[in-house]
Parts: sequence; structure tokens; C-alpha cells
Amino acid sequence: MLRMRENSRRASETVERFLDSTLDSVDSAEELAVGVAQRAGFDDDEIMKIGMAVRESVVNAVVHGNRYNSNKKVRFSVAKTPERFTIRIADEGEGFDFGNLPDPLSPENLMRTSGRGIFLMRSFMDEFDIRRLQPAGTEVTLVKYMASK
Amino acid sequence: MSVKLNTRQVGDVSVVDVAGRITLGEGSSAMRDALREMVNKGHKKILLNLGEVSYIDSSGIGELVSGFTTVTNNGGQLKLLNLTKRVKDLLQITKLYTVFDVHEDEAGAVRSFA
Repeated sequence: MLRMRENSRRASETVERFLDSTLDSVDSAEELAVGVAQRAGFDDDEIMKIGMAVRESVVNAVVHGNRYNSNKKVRFSVAKTPERFTIRIADEGEGFDFGNLPDPLSPENLMRTSGRGIFLMRSFMDEFDIRRLQPAGTEVTLVKYMASK
Repeated sequence: MSVKLNTRQVGDVSVVDVAGRITLGEGSSAMRDALREMVNKGHKKILLNLGEVSYIDSSGIGELVSGFTTVTNNGGQLKLLNLTKRVKDLLQITKLYTVFDVHEDEAGAVRSFA
């Protein structure tokens, strides 16, 4: 039993889904990522952080990227290797200027009611990357190191 | 489970027991609606008991900030009670922990309203 669990932690695993641009997809994506993270052996605290980073990113993709457009999908993938746990979230939206995001911790922004999603993703994951896709869309990559669990 | 809200009076303090998940959509809008309704009814001393909140996302944090601002701008006070470790951690990393008056016991929190 112990060996099976150990093998499961070491095994590579990749899942990919094309999600509708609805808030239900946020739950689906979180569930999917948490399932893989549990099999990878992350503890509850790390799993909560992974789940939350995924939620924030998929919310952004659905709400700000695809703007709930039923013709647009969110490409969501989770890939686990012995070294890295990688999640990618890509929308088909018009994109935004992510090089010029306000700092949610600065005093003038502290009482804003939005603008903390990307900050939380960065806080909860070991690596965070965001890039424009051609011809359209934005892709976020979230990484947890397996060694950190 | 989405969010559940129950309001009760302790003296002149309105205590809102919040349970479940405060996330984008139903969870955060329910809390926003409840707080606005209380402000519209003239409640000035509001204590949000978050002891049964299992999860909060950035939208939920935004609603806490929005509620705080709405109550304060109407001459009232909004304080927080019984934060779970996760909610406390979130408020700390977003530097909002010191913005809110946070309490760990209800009687003390009720007394703290001037």
C-alpha cells in the first residue's frame, strides 16, 4: 500500500480540459487541480493554496478574459512530473496590460475592492508567469515545486 | 456549500454569523446585500462573525473591504470576529488585517463598540 502511494507520488500525470466560460468552470478547475495535487502528496495547506490560485486564475479567464462569452473556451491543464506541478490556464480574450498592474499592498490601493487575484496567485505558488497568446488570449502558468511539499 | 448569513442583536450590536464560502457570485453578493440592507436600516454597530467561514477568495476579500467602507461612510463601525486561520492568513498577506478591528471573543467584541 505504502509502495503504491509512493509510486503514485512519483508518477507523471497530465490532464487537460476545455472549459466553458461560466463560473461553474471555476469549481470544475479547482476540483481537477486539487485531485491531482492530492495524488501528488501535497499537504492540506499547499492544496488549499493551489486550489485558491487556480480559482483566481480561472475567474480572471472567465470574467475578464472571455467575458462569459459562450463561444470562447478556457483551456485548462494540470501536469505533474517528479519535480514540478504545473497548471496552465488560457483564455481567448483580448488581453490586458499585465505589466502595469497596480500594487494591491500600496496604501492608496489597500481599500480597493478588487485587484488582488494575481497578487494571491504569486503569493501562493512557487512560480507565476503570464503571457499574451497569438492571435488572442492570455495564458497564466502556475508552478509548485514537488520538493517543497 | 455557499454562504449562509444569520443576523441577531446583542444589545445595540448587530451580529452577523457567516458560514460557508465567500466567493465570487452568490457568496460575496449575499454578504454585500446583507450589509447594505443593515446600513439602510440604520444599523451602526456591526460585528461579522466569520468563525464558520471555510473559504474566502479575492472577491470575498473585496466584499469585506466594501462592507467596511460602506458601514464607515455611513457613520458606523464594522468589526470582525473569530477569524479562521485561513482567513486570518489571507488578511495578513493582503495587509488588511490591521485595517479591520479583529476580535476573538464575542463579549469583548460587543463591549468594544463605543
